[in-house]
Amino acid sequence: MELNVAGKTINLTDDGYLADLSQWDKDVAFAIAKEEEVTLTDAHFKVIEWIQNQFKSGEALSVRGIKGSGVIDIKEFYALFPGGPLKKATRIAGIPKPKSCI
Amino acid sequence: MGKSVVKKMLFILSKAHIDSAYAAMVMANGARMEGIEAEVFFTFFGLDAITKKKLKHLKVATVGNPAMPMPTMLGGLPGMEAFASMMMKKEMEKLDMPPVDEFLEILSASGCKLWACKLAVDMFKLEEKDLIDDLDGILTIGDFYERADVEGTQIIFI
Repeated sequence: MELNVAGKTINLTDDGYLADLSQWDKDVAFAIAKEEEVTLTDAHFKVIEWIQNQFKSGEALSVRGIKGSGVIDIKEFYALFPGGPLKKATRIAGIPKPKSCI
Repeated sequence: MGKSVVKKMLFILSKAHIDSAYAAMVMANGARMEGIEAEVFFTFFGLDAITKKKLKHLKVATVGNPAMPMPTMLGGLPGMEAFASMMMKKEMEKLDMPPVDEFLEILSASGCKLWACKLAVDMFKLEEKDLIDDLDGILTIGDFYERADVEGTQIIFI
């Protein structure tokens, strides 16, 4: 799958996640967020940045991790990314779909 | 996401085994993470999972549990249940599974409703103060059925 953003072609995996985080920028985030019906604000980008840093340092993502992030609590997380928060947040952040059950 | 015909999951937890409690909590949390509504009704021994004094001491059954990798005779020895439960909690911690109290907090913050069964609360002579602060209320089973108010609701008994 591919996504066209501002004249660039972004490669996506079969389930719609970025194949390569290095292709991510804010335009890409806004484009995917639109598909997910999320209107991005500074608060969203704080979470996205945290998620990307977790991913880069090899930490597995879970809702428990969000709780301990110090960036956001779980209630806010669900409010910012309604209807599947971790799946949506990771997709917008350009990192692979989390495999955790928790 | 959004394609599932399941829109709401209602769980009835009737047992105090740690594995039963986690089954309910993992499935309820998993539902919320998929954008599916979730609620848990704690009844009979399942009430232990939301009783302040008991929720940190849920145990795995070492007797009458055919999956336990030890002879039933040994499972009945003093301390065996506590030992097996400790081992299991260790393994769960490795998988980043939160302890019961933290898991309930996560569920509540996720919008999962937590209910105590009125009949069981009366039977065990409990009061609201004995139960977790995040509890949404004490319901009859009839009240709980009323919570199945959307197409695509499933009720699971554990």
